Amino acid sequence: MEWANQLCENRQFGSKMTDSKYFTTTKKGEIFELKAELNSDKKEKKKEAVKKVIASMTVGKDVSALFPDVVNCMQTDNLELKKLVYLYLMNYAKSQPDMAIMAVNTFVKDCEDANPLIRALAVRTMGCIRVDKITEYLCEPLRKCLKDEDPYVRKTAAVCVAKLHDINAQLVEDQGFLDTLKDLISDSNPMVVANAVAALSEIAESHPNSNLLDLNPQSINKLLTALNECTEWGQIFILDCLANYTPRDDRESQSICERVTPRLSHANSAVVLSAVKVLMKFMEMLPKDLDYYGTLLKKLAPPLVTLLSAEPELQYVALRNINLIVQKRPEILKHEMKVFFVKYNDPIYVKLEKLDIMIRLASQANIAQVLAELKEYATEVDVDFVRKAVRAIGRCAIKVEQSAERCVSTLLDLIQTKVNYVVQEAIVVIKDIFRKYPNKYESVIATLCENLDSLDEPEARAAMIWIVGEYAERIDNADELLESFLEGFHDESTQVQLQLLTAIVKLFLKKPTETQELVQQVLSLATQDSDNPDLRDRGYIYWRLLSTDPVAAKEVVLAEKPLISEETDLIEPTLLEELICHIGTLASVYHKPPSAFVEGSRGVMHKRLPARTGSGESTESPDVGTAAGGSAPEAAPSIIPSQGDLLGDLLNLDMAPPTTTGPPPPNTGMQMGGMDLLGGGLDSLLGGDIGGSPAMGAGFGAAPAVMPASLNAPVGGGLGDLFDLGGGVGMPMGAYIPPKTVWLPAMKAKGLEISGTFARRAGVIQMELILTNKAMSVMTDFAIQFNRNSFGLAPAGPLQVLTPLGPNQTIEVSLPLSTVGPVMKMDPLNNLQVAVKNNIDVFYFSCQYPISMLFVEDGKMERQVFLATWKDIPNDNESQFQIKDCHLNSDAASSKLQGSNIFTIAKRTVEGQDMLYMSIKLSNGIWVLAELRVQAGNPNYTISLKCRAPEVSQCVFQCYEAVLKN
Amino acid sequence: MIHSLFLVNSSGDIFLEKHWKSVVSRSVCDYFFEAQERASEPENVPPVIPTPHHYLISVLRHRIYFVAVIQSEVPPLFVIEFLHRVVDTFQDYFGVCTEAAIKDNVVVVYELLEEMLDNGFPLATESNILKELIKPPTILRTVVNTITGSTNVGEQLPTGQLSVVPWRRTGVKYTNNEAYFDVVEEIDAIIDKSGSTITAEIQGVIDACVKLTGMPDLTLSFMNPRLLDDVSFHPCVRFKRWEAERILSFIPPDGNFRLLSYHVSSQNLVAIPVYVKHNITFREGSSQGRFELTLGPKQTMGKGVEAVLVSSQLPRGVLNTNLNPTQGTYTFDPVTKLLSWDVGKINPQKLPSLKGSMSLQAGASKPDENPTINIQFKIQQSALSGLKVNRLDMYGEKYKPFKGIKYMTKAGKFQVRT
Repeated sequence: MEWANQLCENRQFGSKMTDSKYFTTTKKGEIFELKAELNSDKKEKKKEAVKKVIASMTVGKDVSALFPDVVNCMQTDNLELKKLVYLYLMNYAKSQPDMAIMAVNTFVKDCEDANPLIRALAVRTMGCIRVDKITEYLCEPLRKCLKDEDPYVRKTAAVCVAKLHDINAQLVEDQGFLDTLKDLISDSNPMVVANAVAALSEIAESHPNSNLLDLNPQSINKLLTALNECTEWGQIFILDCLANYTPRDDRESQSICERVTPRLSHANSAVVLSAVKVLMKFMEMLPKDLDYYGTLLKKLAPPLVTLLSAEPELQYVALRNINLIVQKRPEILKHEMKVFFVKYNDPIYVKLEKLDIMIRLASQANIAQVLAELKEYATEVDVDFVRKAVRAIGRCAIKVEQSAERCVSTLLDLIQTKVNYVVQEAIVVIKDIFRKYPNKYESVIATLCENLDSLDEPEARAAMIWIVGEYAERIDNADELLESFLEGFHDESTQVQLQLLTAIVKLFLKKPTETQELVQQVLSLATQDSDNPDLRDRGYIYWRLLSTDPVAAKEVVLAEKPLISEETDLIEPTLLEELICHIGTLASVYHKPPSAFVEGSRGVMHKRLPARTGSGESTESPDVGTAAGGSAPEAAPSIIPSQGDLLGDLLNLDMAPPTTTGPPPPNTGMQMGGMDLLGGGLDSLLGGDIGGSPAMGAGFGAAPAVMPASLNAPVGGGLGDLFDLGGGVGMPMGAYIPPKTVWLPAMKAKGLEISGTFARRAGVIQMELILTNKAMSVMTDFAIQFNRNSFGLAPAGPLQVLTPLGPNQTIEVSLPLSTVGPVMKMDPLNNLQVAVKNNIDVFYFSCQYPISMLFVEDGKMERQVFLATWKDIPNDNESQFQIKDCHLNSDAASSKLQGSNIFTIAKRTVEGQDMLYMSIKLSNGIWVLAELRVQAGNPNYTISLKCRAPEVSQCVFQCYEAVLKN
Repeated sequence: MIHSLFLVNSSGDIFLEKHWKSVVSRSVCDYFFEAQERASEPENVPPVIPTPHHYLISVLRHRIYFVAVIQSEVPPLFVIEFLHRVVDTFQDYFGVCTEAAIKDNVVVVYELLEEMLDNGFPLATESNILKELIKPPTILRTVVNTITGSTNVGEQLPTGQLSVVPWRRTGVKYTNNEAYFDVVEEIDAIIDKSGSTITAEIQGVIDACVKLTGMPDLTLSFMNPRLLDDVSFHPCVRFKRWEAERILSFIPPDGNFRLLSYHVSSQNLVAIPVYVKHNITFREGSSQGRFELTLGPKQTMGKGVEAVLVSSQLPRGVLNTNLNPTQGTYTFDPVTKLLSWDVGKINPQKLPSLKGSMSLQAGASKPDENPTINIQFKIQQSALSGLKVNRLDMYGEKYKPFKGIKYMTKAGKFQVRT
């Protein structure tokens, strides 16, 4: 009879035999009804009730009130019911911790069930219940399950360790689960290996410094074996883990590559991209002349192309990564231009990415095709896309010189269409083309001028004004054109105002006789009627320049401009390297270092590409040098972006509002009205107070003196020099402290300038920094991080910048350093790569510290020990250096060196020559022994250094030189 | 790893949520809705959206957004691939993947999601294994279950779960042993105004339907394997054998699966099966535009071109059209400006054409953009790349299976610019 009842009931809920019937109970007493059903004696009714509960839960209804009733259903042989109850428990245990305890017994019992499915299910569910009281009970069952005979249970238990770690990390460590997990990497079953790797990777992410995934050739071999046999997801985990390994030499690197390449043919795109990451990284170690290197390059292209035929979401991620790959190794995809051609029904995010890559791949060989495509895109419907396409044509012209003419004519064609936004965009890029190829395409100016009236966007107006100013001598009615802009001066954006000011000054310098009135008008508009400090300052600078020395003004304002570089938005090389190591991750999608944005990854270690180690390596490949990790930022190609740069070129070209803001000149009593610029009256007014005064440098020493800087160095950089004056005062006694140098120029760091030095004070190594905010906005949230380095230097505390750093403010900070950080050999040895973060962005720079900072105070060796050690170190490790032009006697030298913890142990005089024996101990325990020979009257010293680690000798010698000469 | 999953329908309602770790409030989807509002078309929602504490990775399939929430650094492709797998599984289980189907089977959906992911780690995603764990719903089974009180959930550990061939269950039995392979190629091409090819490439797949008893070991060889230089295999294919001999050797999964997909790149010359002659013009100052379109077969290897469908997004300025097709039917939607012409078969003797006029908004200037023409077609019994299967052999089992191979060419994204 029961089935008949059941059928009747079903009919009540709705005729369809589907789960939708569970949604129909939305009446008032729903919870009450469910409660009754859950407590029913009939198994089937119970199950139906639990299903209804789950259905409500899935749509976000709160059914937590039913907790005790649902838990009561847990004790059952019916697996489906058990699973459903478990589902419920996972969702609500957190909100009802005391009730959840009721379930513990069943869990513990199920963990010993004969059926592995139930054992696994129990341990899996327990791990998902994030209640402290329950986790305590979980430990014993978990320990058993990790050693279970059934691999299905083991692999589930491996994941459970990660879950538990998330809830209570200390517990996992205390219970020794991490070691058990590490053992599972050698498990016989590939799935267990894969899950263990995944779990360890997840745990390692929150503990960047723990050496959890200790990769060595043996474990790598095991991973590679498991790689072939585990599921696609497991392959992703294993490949990502492999990517963290640094092979010992090129041979090992090649053998790993060989075993990874088959993954490129996997149907799962995530596997493919992870394999690409491993290959891109390990390839770095292969000698370029190796046959295999070429083979590998060829193998990389097809899988990347295939990714582009997948669903648009996959394409997008693939394209973002390909963008990195073509920057690092353009040769891989140089023949595949066509696959990046845009289809008109691609989603917009795919279109824009494709366009970007097309420009990166553009070369003389394919430029005709690319241009034809770009022209086609410029007639599409989507405005954003069209704009970017027009801009791309300009970038092609700048990148491929041979195509410039064709690009210009294409742009002119587009201007003829008179489509407003196309015209504006075209004018902006033509300005860049003028910058790149001066005096070549000015014939088009007439066409541009025809469109003057239709320009309504600031960027386009500014570009047009720049063009008029720059070529004022060839445009007959330049003054009229500029005058027309002047009418609405105050309604223009800052960008346009600044540009107009500069353009008119240029015009005046070129045609002084006719435009005097105009220039006075603009100067008074800029200096008197404007509230914008930038505009005012620039106005004053021009005014002063013109009045004091028109010849100098001409030199400054009409100075030859540096050519703009072809690639304007290349990723900075060190960042690119790091991103290559993160192919396939979110970091690669956002083109930002992982530490910059993902929450929860506390203190991510920066990954670097490995250095090439093979023999027969040629030094001609420039990317090897930068890849070695030792490259200072100055080694990076210095790129002058075509627009939007900070200090770039204050006077001539700046299109974006500059970020330097000097305080308004102190002389406010000046009367500007109706003054004759060329006359002598101005001279007297200006000259006396500030202008030509020689005391000025001293008087304004601390303030960002915009005027002198711009006078002698129109193209930035000058500001930095001025700041050095204050910083360079070293202390004569005690340890040698090198003068502060600019490590991070403001140009490269959105207005943040960092200079600094290192010092050792009372046994503590300190990094002394001067942070200067040269931007317009307030900077906050400073933080600092070091890359791994040769001596394990690491910040011992946070960067103490407590108050926000306002514009033009400078703060001196002293950061104590410890030497217990992660170690990686750098080249040069004393190179330190630093990342500084603030509320604006993350910036990278590298600097070199004097190794004398690392000389510890107890570095004085016993004489006997010294003698024995000296003999003990093989002569091969001895290196000799000359120190020239040092006029100290041996005693003075000795005491000076002592200040830097270089201790003289003995002194011997042989035939008028003083021989000083000295010892040094480095913070990492390395001893350096030295013999310094000083001949009276001879300013040249000879020094011999002996050390078990001869690499440090060069650095130590540099310290000697620095200490003795300062 | 993957934290949570939200399913969002086209009207922007969350109709299902599932959390694998702690519960993430559904308010996190507000960031997604914002992006959805900004996007001009549903498919323009960016696949990766950052929020202050999470990242949202979404795919749009069957007009449902599958929005995954992640908190730590996870490979986005991993998430997207997984979401696609979820969609495929739903489709496999319920026949269709629609909001209604998901709601109808919400408990099965929940069980499936729980089985597919554990703490964000994929657990069982192979449809074979899942089907052993959770039986797909059928009307019959629902009735039987309600009557007998038996369960939808498998009591035993799935056999494939840990074996070396996780994709195949043991103990498969059929009375008719059959293996069918479909070679399906899609041609993606962009043809410019003058009719010359800008890019053309072929995306091919070999889909299989294998119903064989026991543990058969198959080999498949090609007449011209050199065409396949860019391939992605199902995990069952032995890669070493392919590298060495260019033979596909594998123990097949049971049922339907994709054996391999391949890509014939634009480097090779790709035959273009149809051509289009067009003349679409607007004149400045006139409120009429001309529209002429003629289709013809080009390189079809002697096979007929069928199921031809032409569509084109006409410029916004077009008010209506007055066109005459020589065959088939055409429609023009004055709201979306979408012109579509269902041509049917192309008869080489009497080429189909569509001619007439378009009326434009009076006084408006002539449209800036030129419409692109999208063409769909099918060619039976031929693979455009020329790929041919040489032979199919079976080892490991004694019986004689029935074997069949079919070829087909379709248009993928086949676009003609005007």
